[in-house]
Amino acid sequence: MKSFSNKGNASIVMDIIDAIKSNKNYLSDIDGLIGDGDHGINMNKGFSIAGQRISDDETFSSAMKILGDTLLLEIGGSMGPIYGTFFRTCALKTKDLEEIVAPEFCAMLESANEKVKGIGGAKVGDKTLIDTLEPAVCAMKSAVADGLDFKEALSVASEAAENGKESTKGMVAKIGRASRLGERSRGVLDAGATSCCIILKSMMESVSEKLGN
Amino acid sequence: MQRIINNPDRVVEDMLEGFLFAHSDIVSPTANPRVIKYVNAPVKDKVGIVTGGGSGHKPAFIGYIGKNMVDAVAVGEIFSSPTAVAFLDAFKAADSGKGVACLYGNYSGDNMNVRMARMLAEEEGITVKTVVANDDVASAPKSERDRRRGVAGEIVMWKTAGAKASLGYSLDEVIATAQKTIDMTRSIGIGLSPCTIPAVGKPNFSIEPGKMELGIGHHGEPGITVVPVEPSAGMAETCLRHILDDLELTAGDDVAVIVSGLGSTPVMELYIFFNDVVKELTSRNITVHRAYVGNYFTSLDMMGVTLSVLKLDDELRELIDMSADAVNLKQI
Repeated sequence: MKSFSNKGNASIVMDIIDAIKSNKNYLSDIDGLIGDGDHGINMNKGFSIAGQRISDDETFSSAMKILGDTLLLEIGGSMGPIYGTFFRTCALKTKDLEEIVAPEFCAMLESANEKVKGIGGAKVGDKTLIDTLEPAVCAMKSAVADGLDFKEALSVASEAAENGKESTKGMVAKIGRASRLGERSRGVLDAGATSCCIILKSMMESVSEKLGN
Repeated sequence: MQRIINNPDRVVEDMLEGFLFAHSDIVSPTANPRVIKYVNAPVKDKVGIVTGGGSGHKPAFIGYIGKNMVDAVAVGEIFSSPTAVAFLDAFKAADSGKGVACLYGNYSGDNMNVRMARMLAEEEGITVKTVVANDDVASAPKSERDRRRGVAGEIVMWKTAGAKASLGYSLDEVIATAQKTIDMTRSIGIGLSPCTIPAVGKPNFSIEPGKMELGIGHHGEPGITVVPVEPSAGMAETCLRHILDDLELTAGDDVAVIVSGLGSTPVMELYIFFNDVVKELTSRNITVHRAYVGNYFTSLDMMGVTLSVLKLDDELRELIDMSADAVNLKQI
């Protein structure tokens, strides 16, 4: 299939929530190396609360709206506004679509990437979630432009997200709490880049399943 | 981890309930469970003073609510910024129509949530101006002062700006005083042991026995250097050296000093350290005009101390001397 329907696909968002929940300790451990070790806890809290509010009747878009609102309004920290903005933007970009095709999915992520950059002020190379998100968006965009089908484009984006996340290991943090560490932040993954990778890969995988063969 | 808690995920809620019971003469709850206000807020014809931040720094931030200090506080999770809505609701709780001064510390989460809250407040016709504290000399070089964290120096900023607001000055004048105060304040911390977020259950960093971390942050952010533990006099000398490298003080100057424990430090030791700070300053012919010694801005159960020095001028001296009746800062 070339598209997946908005209706009946809240499960894509629920899969993301489950992925974050099951990585709670892993994310806190990563954050503990150069942060204060609570990334997994806060993410788990926000995503869990949202999960309880999303019923099967929700669409892919409306489920993302609930998740985004919950994170933005109720979670705080840096991740509340960042992921809140990410999911709210994704929801806004897709809310009027019945069927979502690859270019629309790609535009959704592109718009979310721009919004997140706008509020956080980070760019590629700063050792943040943008190092996962932006390469994934760019890779998907060129894959779609090159005529790859939806599933292939998702797989390319997923791989770019993974590589982007891994790239943060070699970086010195330039923004956020870890930026005060300078050289001491090199050598470990960025927690935000890691959670973003978990979110994107889960999203790509679930969408891919919806597309069938 | 041995702690006096119930559910580790509910420590903030449980703490707030106890705090509200204990200090109902000064603070009251609001419709938003994450916003605590001064009982008399909004105070008629007074600029509202708002702050906020993550929990785990008691008595900061809620302990500074009270007469001539802070009007409303947005409360976050442990070491995590309050939500934009909490800041917005705190603005509403504090605003008498004269505008709100939001005086908070330089952390990326707080910056983002305050920025969003300000946008929301403007839509509702509330004028909010901000001062972002960046008094921690250890967190970035002088050339990148705007990247520095805000730490215990925030307390003197709330003190002077709170006093200025109570004297009836305008929002711009209150903001100018807050900015001047933080520009004249420098802080640095020393950590001797790490802290543990209850829901994490174990320390997320370690300090070897016999070592101390100079320049440690309020959330355990690594400092400038790890060195063997010195006697208190050596710690005081080292801390002051870093502060004086950054804040020009000359013989004859007056200062206000905050010596705060980080959570697990015996108060006795804070006075020992403070005594050494006074000796160092006196030897430079600098007068300690006012001192705050105790647990003023902590970091959960961290062992260690922070030193903050505010250089006073006539205006700041008058404001720092004004009476205050906050939960954790009482001054006659």
